[in-house]
Amino acid sequence: MELDRTKKEAKQIRRDIIDMTHAVGTHGAHIGGSLSAVEIFATLYFNILKYDKANMTAEDRDRFILSKGHAAMTLYATLHRVGIVTDEDIKTFKGNGSKFANHPYMYPEKGVEFSTGSLGHGLSLGVGTALALRHKGNTSSKVYVYQGDGECDEGSVWEAAMSASHYCLDNLILIVDRNKIQLDGFTEDIMSQKTICERFRSFGWDVINIDGHDIDDIYNKITSGLANQKGPLAFIANTTKGKGVSFIENRYEWHIGTLNDKLYNQAIEELENEANQ
Amino acid sequence: MASKYNSLLLSKFGQSGAAFSFALITLAEANPSIVVLSSDMSTPAGLDKFKKTYPDRFFNVGIAEQNLIGVAAGLASEGWIPIVVAQACFLSMRSFEQVRQFCGYMGYPIIICGIGAGFGLQFMGNTHYSIEDIGVLRTIPNMTVISPADALECCMALEKAITYRKPVYIRFTDKMGCPVVYKDGCDYEIGVANELREGGEVQLIATGSLVDIALKVAEALGQEGVSTSVIDMHTIKPFDGCKVNKNAKIIATIEEHTIINGLGAAVTEYLSTGQNKTTLLRFGVSDKFSEVGDYSYLLEQHGLTAENVFSTIMKELL
Repeated sequence: MELDRTKKEAKQIRRDIIDMTHAVGTHGAHIGGSLSAVEIFATLYFNILKYDKANMTAEDRDRFILSKGHAAMTLYATLHRVGIVTDEDIKTFKGNGSKFANHPYMYPEKGVEFSTGSLGHGLSLGVGTALALRHKGNTSSKVYVYQGDGECDEGSVWEAAMSASHYCLDNLILIVDRNKIQLDGFTEDIMSQKTICERFRSFGWDVINIDGHDIDDIYNKITSGLANQKGPLAFIANTTKGKGVSFIENRYEWHIGTLNDKLYNQAIEELENEANQ
Repeated sequence: MASKYNSLLLSKFGQSGAAFSFALITLAEANPSIVVLSSDMSTPAGLDKFKKTYPDRFFNVGIAEQNLIGVAAGLASEGWIPIVVAQACFLSMRSFEQVRQFCGYMGYPIIICGIGAGFGLQFMGNTHYSIEDIGVLRTIPNMTVISPADALECCMALEKAITYRKPVYIRFTDKMGCPVVYKDGCDYEIGVANELREGGEVQLIATGSLVDIALKVAEALGQEGVSTSVIDMHTIKPFDGCKVNKNAKIIATIEEHTIINGLGAAVTEYLSTGQNKTTLLRFGVSDKFSEVGDYSYLLEQHGLTAENVFSTIMKELL
């Protein structure tokens, strides 16, 4: 498989996220939660998700729902690396009137399926989409929902989780970005999610843990899970918020952060050192 | 105009019973894209026949209104026409944000049907009365808000909503045996109010089940020599302002809804946009919770009777 290429693309996605954050200056961006998603997005978009770059609304595509909408930079950067979002698009990030805003704006032609950002909504959308696909006889497309662990505080997530197993949705995949940090602090201090695996299992889901920054592990576990999927499937991805930049890693203050020139240069230097290893 | 619907028969089933047990069955047969969802309210809403006829086109999400709207949006995104049915109070408030994001913001053409709106749930009490739904939902951009006057108009509204292809909220008021306003059918277009009676001195603008009261009041005023028109403002948003008579001496709005931010407010907003000599009297639910009782008791508590509206207007005219 093209995992070497995926690893290179992941590095570039991380670079793009840092560039975008720097470009918006004092407005800041959701850099922490975007960086924790990089390897998963790279693995999905370069190896697993089914889509056609020439027609991102093709019926037989897989659907990807970014429920954790504040990781929009990761989505834009990944779609940029794939070749769907252009250089010009990326430059408009968080600009006045831009479709590439802090949270995703529904832009199906560019691979953004829904306008998300209000946490707790994506899994319901995923359930509805999965039901819709089954109802029209589309048995080949899958629905992927990417969600945060803090997001699992929302009750609506559990309404959706119940309905997913009630309807035996074997075309629905949830990936939880378990970076253990939310805006106010560590999840275990705010609202513990330590039983998250058991909770999804008790709601009737199959649950698989993955190392959210190990592309080989991500690829192997997801493909294996898909091959044996019998109902709704959840991957709990153990990640690090701010992964790849030492002064951001595991720091809840960096849920939204600004990168001045000095910090930006430091971040880039770290990425380049990592790339050269 | 002649109608395919029998208004007297439909009224026996109430607004939601008429819409879902009769109109929906015909509409679903004609349009296989229609799917129906509910949050554990299908039987009270009159959906048993639909469920039996089209079991694979009905989805129950249980008592989970937020998930209900999200699932409907997912279905809409794939080309289905979802009709969502649940209690008006919970749909409009528990899942308000989902309605705002998926219908208003993303524009998914979901038809949201709020049953038991106003005081329709009678002894269920204040937790179940829906007297804020017009107010909260009309604040959402791109949302259409409809309150039909009787069972027949409900069927027409549902039919039009399906081809309208925009997000719509329809509130179903009153109960079984509801009054008949349109005995012989009606011309119905979303956003175009119906003038039911002509007149000049007083204009009564009503919506939902209280259109019937407006007609009674107009009759009584007419007998006093007061020329009174009646408008069935079935669509509160988009608001058909051109039917508002800015030259009337008095306009009275009548709604089974709080007087804050409902029909009366919509008329106020319209009147404020220009010069007029009109006195606006807004009749609606007072800004307080109600003592629980039957339908008539609840309406009387807030002055929503023909007698009170009539006498208040007469006093104003003197």
